[in-house]
Amino acid sequence: MNNVILLIGITLMYSTPLVFGALGGVVSERSGVTNIGIEGMMVVGALAAAAGSYFTGSPWMGFLIAGICGALVALLHAVASISFAADQTVSGVAINLLAPGLALFACRSFFDGGATSPIVTKLPKIFGDTWMQGTPWANLNVNVTTVIALVLTAVVWFVLYKTKWGLRVRAVGEHPAAADTLGISVSKTRYACVLCSGMLAGFGGASVTIAIISQFTQTAICGQGFIALAAVIFGKWKPFGAYGACMLFGATQALTIILGGGSFPIPSTILSMLPYVMTIIVLILFVGKSVAPKADGVPYIKGSR
Amino acid sequence: MNAIVKFLKRPIASALVAILCGFAVAAVILAVAGYNPFITFGTLIHGSIGTPKYITNVIIKATPILLTGVAVAFAFQTGLFNIGAEGQYILGTICATIVGVTVDLPGPLEVPLVVLAGALGGALLGAFIGFLKAKFGIHEVITSIMCNWIMMYLCNFVVGTDAFHKPNSNTAFPIHTSGYTMILPEWKVSEEGIEYLIAHPLLRDVLLKTDLNLGFLVAVLVAVLVGILLSRTKLGYELRAVGLNKDAARFSGIGVEKSIVTCMCISGAICGLAGALNITGIAPHTISLLKVQEGYGFNGLSVAFIAGCSAIGCIPSSLLFSALIYGGMTVQQVLGVPSEIISIMIGTIVFFTALPSIAPKISAWIERRRSEKESSTPNSTAKEA
Amino acid sequence: MEVSSEYAVQMHGIAKRFGAFTALDCVDLDVRKQSVHAILGENGAGKTTLMNILYGLYQSDEGEIYLNGQKASITSPTEAIRHGIGMVHQHFMLIENFTVTENIILGDEVCGAAGILDMNRARQKVMELVERYGFDVDPDAKIEDISVGMQQRVEILKALFRGAEILILDEPTAVLTPQEIDKLLEIMQDLIAGGKTIIIITHKLKEIMRSADECSIIRRGKYMGTVNVAESSEGDLAARMVGRNVNLKVDKTPAHPGDVVLSVKNLTVADERGIEQVRGLNLDVRSGEIVGIAGIDGNGQQELVDAITNLVRTKSGKIRVGSQEVQNTSPRNVLDHAVATIPSDRHRWGLVLPMMVAENTVLERHNEDLFGKGIMLDYDKLHSYTSELIKRYDIRPAGCEQERMSGLSGGNQQKAIIAREVSYVPDVLIAFQPTRGLDVGAIEFVHKTLIAERDRGAAILLVSYELDEVMDVSDTIAVIYHGQIVGTFAQGTVDEEQLGLLMAGGGSQ
Repeated sequence: MNNVILLIGITLMYSTPLVFGALGGVVSERSGVTNIGIEGMMVVGALAAAAGSYFTGSPWMGFLIAGICGALVALLHAVASISFAADQTVSGVAINLLAPGLALFACRSFFDGGATSPIVTKLPKIFGDTWMQGTPWANLNVNVTTVIALVLTAVVWFVLYKTKWGLRVRAVGEHPAAADTLGISVSKTRYACVLCSGMLAGFGGASVTIAIISQFTQTAICGQGFIALAAVIFGKWKPFGAYGACMLFGATQALTIILGGGSFPIPSTILSMLPYVMTIIVLILFVGKSVAPKADGVPYIKGSR
Repeated sequence: MNAIVKFLKRPIASALVAILCGFAVAAVILAVAGYNPFITFGTLIHGSIGTPKYITNVIIKATPILLTGVAVAFAFQTGLFNIGAEGQYILGTICATIVGVTVDLPGPLEVPLVVLAGALGGALLGAFIGFLKAKFGIHEVITSIMCNWIMMYLCNFVVGTDAFHKPNSNTAFPIHTSGYTMILPEWKVSEEGIEYLIAHPLLRDVLLKTDLNLGFLVAVLVAVLVGILLSRTKLGYELRAVGLNKDAARFSGIGVEKSIVTCMCISGAICGLAGALNITGIAPHTISLLKVQEGYGFNGLSVAFIAGCSAIGCIPSSLLFSALIYGGMTVQQVLGVPSEIISIMIGTIVFFTALPSIAPKISAWIERRRSEKESSTPNSTAKEA
Repeated sequence: MEVSSEYAVQMHGIAKRFGAFTALDCVDLDVRKQSVHAILGENGAGKTTLMNILYGLYQSDEGEIYLNGQKASITSPTEAIRHGIGMVHQHFMLIENFTVTENIILGDEVCGAAGILDMNRARQKVMELVERYGFDVDPDAKIEDISVGMQQRVEILKALFRGAEILILDEPTAVLTPQEIDKLLEIMQDLIAGGKTIIIITHKLKEIMRSADECSIIRRGKYMGTVNVAESSEGDLAARMVGRNVNLKVDKTPAHPGDVVLSVKNLTVADERGIEQVRGLNLDVRSGEIVGIAGIDGNGQQELVDAITNLVRTKSGKIRVGSQEVQNTSPRNVLDHAVATIPSDRHRWGLVLPMMVAENTVLERHNEDLFGKGIMLDYDKLHSYTSELIKRYDIRPAGCEQERMSGLSGGNQQKAIIAREVSYVPDVLIAFQPTRGLDVGAIEFVHKTLIAERDRGAAILLVSYELDEVMDVSDTIAVIYHGQIVGTFAQGTVDEEQLGLLMAGGGSQ
């Protein structure tokens, strides 16, 4: 029983940053822009959150600043892939090189050359800091970001499927020329979505540095952005699909930790592979036919079909 | 003016414009952060090509990223995005180490064996990723990223096993010395060699203080071979056709699935070769515990993109990249400028190479301005229908 | 012509250049209110460009537009829609996985508070329109599940939903059966009676004669005048369109069929969703004859050709070339049995556009020793071989073997494909939509080549959605409906009406 509670707690903790990143991926790719740069945007968000919390004293300000900074990085990707019809993969790779460099450079500039930030104030947990302290139930006292992630998943779903903006975003991602002939601006829609995607990724970074841990370190974000991308595909480009994929990945992580803590004769290095091996196996078993938005990754040039 | 327009229309111009932009952006950031960009760039250049030793080290460090760059460029030209170069590199180092530690043969046999083991490891992993794409349609980017992590932990697992773990260290046992590929490794530390080198300071700088090895030559050879493979052979023609139009290739009888596996296999082999050459060529001649991925694969992406995915172009591109990274360390030591400025620069360069239209746009702009001067009628520059 | 409110649309002195290419050069258009006005011209003449300017997708470099006698500046589709202009594009602008209603309201959504869609009210509004015009459209169906004719009606509804008074129809009959065309013409008459004005873009003379009041002709971007259709004839219009007298009939001698070379028996093929598109189809093609498959797009033609060329696997049935079964082998194997194919979509299946012309002309043959020994590809031989083909087939520009294929015009790209396929000396030649998007000159060339190949002794399978083409070129006409051959006729023993009925699934032989 205790292990089950622990499993749930760790699953939610691990999956939260992934959910933010994956939502970012869903929003961007649904509008037709591939976003490999989620990882880089998360790193920037992670630093911005820690620095924001440190300098303003308010973790909520930090969270907000992280979103803004993530969006600023996304703006680069948007300019390249929408205005310049660049290769979106290359642009995304560039973001992943550029953004961590910028984040660390800024970190060293802010904090006297250190590659880590000082300890900063964290966002609260949902039941306060002292709820059920010392009992296994405390594991269920998750970070407030976990709840925000769930709420945002619902919001993204609602906007995509129940509002006129969502209809337009999906149209632009499927058949930009059709949207264009109906007077919908393809580039404005895509800009909005890519910026939104960067903001969500920034939140994802923040959910590591000011919720799970309480400082920015060089390894705070290492690979979550890429795993989030896998979740987007595995979740078939749907908000709740991606959410479920992130949960699955978080659960395998949690399993790894719990098994590692037990008396199983498996080396921890092998256990650490589990989430990644699981992802591949799950993809082989379930991925089936690709359902990517038709115009995903294709720059839209007016007048071409 | 004509010369500029002409130059801007050549593909290499895009790369040069991108590199200039990289320096410009870095200069702005440096200035904002309170460092003098000119002094920084001066130090950077001195720190990378200022002495024969520096140049030698730049070449040594260019070796693995030249190979991973060629691997990525090759895959990209055939329509695949090998972001898994990192994992294939790591598996190359693992296989090379395992074989190099367990098998002890004379040098002429040991070296090819170790190197082949590494290449084979990379090839198998690449082929696996290609197979998953060809057979199940799973995007290679996802499987590659997963494999990168799996390989990192596999490396740590191998380092931790009793058979390979070197006591009181973070590394495995080094491979047998017969597998080393440094140039004159024994002679240069023998009495006779030291005496000779003291008399020849240039050679001393190049040889004694570095791990100068045969790797770079092999890497250049591979780059040339891959260039020929792509542009002059039937296989290369088929792979490019698959990369540019999968449907037309299938229609004309080319086995698309087979091509995907072949391509990833070759790309992986080149990455594995990079790993193996690092084991045979430079200290500590073994694998170590990895906390994060080392970035040889990811740097290969940058090298390839700066080179416009030309295999031959990867040679200068990898040297530039290596010089920036190596010089960046000096910049940090001497001036205290965070070495991340180099990542920013490289990121900016890659970012601008992603905008292929930038150099042609500049040349079109120059031409337009000129024609506007000549005649006052407005000139249409509408996009092609 | 004077600007007057008698005219719904007047475009005067329109010019449009794309770089160095002049697409339109001083073109005039005057469309009377409540009339059907046709714009006639060959593929690439500039008809669609002119209409894209009227619809705000392009801006003209020179010229003026007047709507109902008022000068108008139309800088975007939004502007055009606001002026009451609606356009139905040749390639439908519909989102496949959206419903009919979603497609219709897109961009002009029916919303409650805060941008939340009110799908009930939207559906109601769509239904009102459907009923008013007597369209047979299910508002909840997904586009991917409805027929092409219905998709076209959805496109018209999209325009009407936005209050269009002027409707532009771009090649509206290209994909319809004769019966569906009748239905469309009826709809057009109803719309005119309801006060609308219609502009149709077409290169089909017959439909202009049947439906249009006036016809403006464009040739290579130049305005060739406007004629009153009632006072004109097909031959007259054709001559004005092409600039010379054209032979509307295909010249050929009677066929001398030999043995069956390509034989399809009880073939069943499912598409990627698992739905059977070819259902127990039987077909024989003899050497020295052209068998034409008539049918509407989506009745299994694609799957039939894909199965023969081995791009897809069959569920059951046999495909024989000569005496050998070739189903479920590989595209290579089929090529090795001397089956050459001109694909329907040359950009997708036929060519690698970014590659050189020379690399494209050997696409299926690069492994032959002719082009280099062992693993090497000898580019010198490639170039000399291709330059030969370029001369023989008059592919332009001359000496283009080292140019990129993407730089050639559509007609020359098609010539390159045909040169490649015919250079095989095939026993079986499959031509799938071989004249799609080509001008009259190129169409004549394609038809002549097919007939020459027939006379050489090849078995030719022609699959086309253009009924006229099938009727003119084939020696034997087979009608495909719902994945089966529902009728086979010798040329000249059947009329358009009968074929149309079969193509639409009506009646039996």
